[in-house]
Order: sequence, then C-alpha cells, then structure tokens
Amino acid sequence: MAGRAFQVRRWPGGVAAGLVAMLILGTLLAVALRAEAGRGLGPSDWAAIRFTLWQAVLSSTLSVMLAVPVARALARRAFWGRRLVIAFLGAPFILPVIVAVLGLLSVFGRGGILNVALRFVGLPEVTVYGLHGVVLAHVFFNLPLATRLILQAWQEIPAERFRLAAQLGFGARDMARVIERPMLRRVVPLAAAVIFALCISSFTVALTLGGGPRATTVELAIYEAFHFEFDLGRAALLALVQIVLVGVAAVLALRASVAEGFGAGMDRVVTRWDSGGLRQISLDFGVIVAASLFLLVPILMVVVEGAAGLWRMPVQVWSAAGVSLAVALVSTAIMLVLALPIAIAAAAWRGFEAVGLLGIAASPLVVGVGLFIVIFPIADPFTLALPITALVNAVMALPFALRILVGPVRDVVAGYGRLSATLGIGGWAWLRLILLPRLRGPLGFAAGLTAALSMGDLGVIALFADAETATLPLQMYRLMGSYQMEAAAGAAVLLLGLSFGLFWVFDRGGRNHVDA
Amino acid sequence: MLTLENVMIRQGDFTLGADLSIDAGARVAVIGPSGAGKSTLLALIAGFFAPDSGRIVWNGRDMTGDAPGARPVAMVFQDNNLFPHMTVAENVGLGLRPDLRLGPEEKARVEEALGRVGLGGYDGRKPAALSGGQQSRAALARVLVQDRPFVLLDEPFAALGPALKAEMLDLLQEVLETTGAGLLMVSHDPDDARRIAPQTILVADGRADAPMPTDALLDDPPPVLRAYLG
Repeated sequence: MAGRAFQVRRWPGGVAAGLVAMLILGTLLAVALRAEAGRGLGPSDWAAIRFTLWQAVLSSTLSVMLAVPVARALARRAFWGRRLVIAFLGAPFILPVIVAVLGLLSVFGRGGILNVALRFVGLPEVTVYGLHGVVLAHVFFNLPLATRLILQAWQEIPAERFRLAAQLGFGARDMARVIERPMLRRVVPLAAAVIFALCISSFTVALTLGGGPRATTVELAIYEAFHFEFDLGRAALLALVQIVLVGVAAVLALRASVAEGFGAGMDRVVTRWDSGGLRQISLDFGVIVAASLFLLVPILMVVVEGAAGLWRMPVQVWSAAGVSLAVALVSTAIMLVLALPIAIAAAAWRGFEAVGLLGIAASPLVVGVGLFIVIFPIADPFTLALPITALVNAVMALPFALRILVGPVRDVVAGYGRLSATLGIGGWAWLRLILLPRLRGPLGFAAGLTAALSMGDLGVIALFADAETATLPLQMYRLMGSYQMEAAAGAAVLLLGLSFGLFWVFDRGGRNHVDA
Repeated sequence: MLTLENVMIRQGDFTLGADLSIDAGARVAVIGPSGAGKSTLLALIAGFFAPDSGRIVWNGRDMTGDAPGARPVAMVFQDNNLFPHMTVAENVGLGLRPDLRLGPEEKARVEEALGRVGLGGYDGRKPAALSGGQQSRAALARVLVQDRPFVLLDEPFAALGPALKAEMLDLLQEVLETTGAGLLMVSHDPDDARRIAPQTILVADGRADAPMPTDALLDDPPPVLRAYLG
C-alpha cells in the first residue's frame, strides 16, 4: 500500500513522548531502586493497603448505585434547567478538592448544619472523620462522574428501540428487563472501575478527612513517611506498593476509558412512552433535587462563609494565590508544549497516544518521591518545589489534554491534509496558519482544564514545600490545620474563583472568533 | 509533456496501471466506471500516492518523488477547497506563498485574481459567508495565481446545480486560457467532457488508457464505457 497524503512531523512528538516516558518511568525506577524491600511491610502498612482498597470499593459502589437513579431521571425527563444540571455534573472535575472538603465539613462536620440539626432534635452527632468522611467526599466527587457515564450509555440506546418497545406495549418492568438492565450491566462495572482507580490514588481527601491508624491510605502513608519521619526508604517502599495498586486499578479502568466523552450530545431527551405515572415523575424529580442539594449545598456554604472571610485573610493567602496562579500558568504552558507535538504525531500513528496512559498509571506522590530521590544528590529539592509542582501537574493533565486534542488534530489532517500538501504548506507555516487556528476551541478547553487542575492541586506541593513556600490549596490546608476556619473559607472562595476563572478564560478564549 | 511511464499502483485488491503522455496545455477529461481508479490517477499525478513502480515525468524531469506542493500542478477538490478560518484573500494568497507572507505586489495579484473570477470586494469575507458557487470561484482564483502548467480537478462543482456548473466550467475555461495551463478533470458527466475537454482518458479494468478524442470516444464507446454510460 503506497500512501503519502500529507506527512506530519513525528519527531517533535517523539521527543515530547520520550521526555514524559523518561520522567514517569525514570521516577518509578528510582523508587524501585531506593525501596528498602528487606524491611518488609509492617502492620500499619498492611492496614493502609486494606483501608485504601476498602474505601475505594465502598466509594465506587456507592457512587454508581446512587448514580443509576439520577441518570435514569435525567435520561427520561425534560425540564427547564436540565442542561444546567448536566453541565454542573461536569464541574467537580475542576473543583479543587480542598474546597469541597471544606464545604462537606460545614455541612457534615462537627459544627456543620447537619450536627446542629441533630443536636436540636436531641439525636447523637455524626462524625465526618475517618472512613465515613473519606467515602462521603469520594462519593461527592464521583457521583457526578458516574451519573455522566451512565447517562451517556442511556442516551446511546437508539431511539428506535424505545419506539419498538412502545409498539410492543412494554411496561416499565419489560423495559428494564429487555433494554435498560443489559445496558447497565455493561456500563456500571466500567464506571465503578474508573472511580475505583480514582479513589485509589486520591490524596487530598485522605489527608484532610482520613489519617490515624484506622484511616490512612497508601498515598497518605507515603506522605507521612516522607514528611514527618523523613524515612525515604519506607516512602519508596510504600510508593512501590502504590505503583502496583494504581497499575492494577488503571488496567481495570482502561477498558472503561473509551466510554466517557466530555458530555457532547447529552442535551437530548429520548421520547419515551413508558414513564408516565405520577409516582415515577415525582420519584425522578425527587432524585434530581436530592442529588443537586447534595452537590450544591456544601459549595454554597463555602461561598457564604468565605465571602465574609475574604477580608480577614492573612497576607500569606494573597501571596500564595499569586504563587498558585504562576504555577498553573507555567503548568499549562508545559502541557501545551508536550501535548501539541504528541497529538500531531498521534494523528499519524495512534501509538503516540499511549504515552498519556503513563500519566494515568502514575500517582503524583509516587512521581514526587521519585523526583526527590533523583534530584536529592544533585540539588536541594525543596528549593525546586514550585517548578517540580508545575511539571508534575502538567504531566498529570496530559492524558486529558491528549484525549481532547488528538481527535481534532486528526480531523484537520484528514480534512485539509491534501489541500495543504498541494499548496505546499508544511512545517511551521502549517502549524501557524492551519492547525492552530483550526484547533483553538480544543486547545482552549485543554488549557483551561490543565490550569484549573493545577490551580486546585494539593499533592506534590505538600511533599516538597517548606514553611515559606505555599500554593493556595496548601495555604488553605494550613489555615484549616490551625482552625482559622473563616480565613480558610475566604481562601476557598478565592481558590474557587481562580480555578473556575482560569478555566473560563482559556475555554472562552478558544471559542471566540471561531468560524465554521 | 506530462508522462506516466509504466506506472503501477496496488492498494489491496485494487490495481491501476498507466503508460501514457499528455501534451502541455492539453485539456483532458478522465472518465470511467466508479471505483476504476479515476481519482487514484489524479492522486498519483498530484503526489498523494506514490506508485509502486514506474516514473512520472514532466518535461523530461522525473518528479515521481517530489512533494505535492513541488509539482507543476494546481488542484481543485470536490469540497474542502478553502480553509474556513481564513478570509477569501488569504485562501487565494496561499497559492502564491504557503507561509502567507505576502508583499504589496502579491496582494495586488490576489486582488486582481478575485476580480477576474467575479469576487471583487469579497476579499475580507470568510468562506462560510459565500455561496457554493462563490466558493468555487474563490478556488479558481487561487488556481489563477498559482499559475501552474496543469490544473487537476477531481469531480469539481459536483455539488452545484446544472446551470451553475456550466457557468463554472466556462469560468474554468477562461482561467485556462489566461494561464495557458493544461487540464485533467475527473467527471461523471459525459457532457462536461464534451464541453471543455477535447481529449479523454478512459479508466477501466485496472488501466488508464492514453488520451483519445472525446467526441469519437463518446459517440462510439467501447463496451465497458457503454455499460457505465447506460
């Protein structure tokens, strides 16, 4: 087969992919070499492994179980504000974890509205720390994701099936047996696998709501071994354990990763003829309202409490905000420099896309510990805290960026490759005149996601920062640690505004002036 | 003279052989059954496919390995002829300089070409603001500034109605007269061939034949062409 339609340059993508692979595999290797395997795993390490797996199983199971009725309600009801609800379900992706944690504390925490109510009616209080809290926060973040995944599967059922079902006089029960349950049997395990993988490597939730001998995840144990005991051998050994856990979870989730688009085509309601009864209608709306309250109230609480705290924040919060903004922008730039050439190369050969998977298979703290081991003999890693954070954040966002960019790049090559070739447009001119202008929308979206994710990240920075250095999420965590809750809420509002603001600016910038 | 010397291309079960010459400035239609390889023949000449064997020679120079942009041809596709994010003037300007760094003189040439195809004053518009016929005119304006020895058209104007298509073929004829370029045009419509191309290449049964007089070929078609024309 002779083909030579339009040759994109592969070598820059090869170089970028090589750098990413070197960073991740290199740090994994460093961790493996440094791990003191001879010492073996102690009882507390085994407890951490058990807790990590158990909370992930609980979180993923609860998330998908609760998501099924929400997705069903959204799939079969048309109502004003439905698009808004669905868009809102995408928001937790860029919601800073620490902000959500603060919100959950103000609802479910010791002084939260739930316990105030319980006290008022004389019932025993609930505690949000430990397993409950970790699972609660994970459900808060993953219920929307599970709902989106399941809703998408629901809407991929061809409308003809529902018409046929109506023709055959199916009731709700027949519909469930013949159409819906087979779909759920396929999508629910996949959604659960994705969420399981996310919960295995989640760090901030465990840091803020877990802890202690009974609620420490492996990721948190790495941090504690490194940060409090400065036992690098043990941190590396735990990191090795985490590599195995995340690796296995990633393989499980990988099969599911094709399932999620970014919400395209979800604003369609399939006309159905089996969902008439008043009981079903009120059930559906009850479910939608309950889910919306569960997701909205904590954030609203943060905003209300934080608005007052905004003026009482110590000056360090403002400087931390500046640091975070700089880190987020540098991180976005690094992501673009890596993702664009890889996406271009992937348009010629899909294999390049696989490098993005490395970012999924590595957890930030593992890469952080690995980088520390590599850098320590050469330089002082603590002075490099911010550049390292920017780099790791960029690499962690890379899989998402590639998923966003590869398709559109391929479309540009397929749609305009021959025309470009016959006009002799190649190299930089092609990049400048054809690809970048055609790619503005996806580029803006990818940059917005990366900037927001980096802005809200509390991972590597917690590992590396000294007392003088802090990003905004870390500063907020320190305020919470010293019970300055009002100031923490103020910082949360600032962080929330900056994260969503960055996303909005980039995404909007990409969508402006788009022709055809 | 454009010569295909013992050219052979294989794509899975599909093969196409060609051993033929086309005179400089000749206007040639390419017709034949669907899937016979008409578009492949053009793609070989434009440089989108490399032949498995044989040479493609232009005026004695072997251009078999040249990049598409380095060949003595300008091409108009069935669609996607204009980049939607660029203005009409920029789209035409690409025919002069692929990096679009145009000097004043080149800008004047773009303007003139747009005037010639009846798009004077449309230079600042985006393709989405043009009708189908106007988009075809813009593509022809670019062919005009490219000023290459051959123009390749792969079922051009297929999306246009009959009257508009006739108008475009007339405009194409004007462009060819201005630049003195030859033409190689794939078409499903024998009337197109009669209208603009004195010669025709028949592509059928895995071969592209040498050009023959169009009227003679269509008046007394061989069985394979007769079956296709119906």
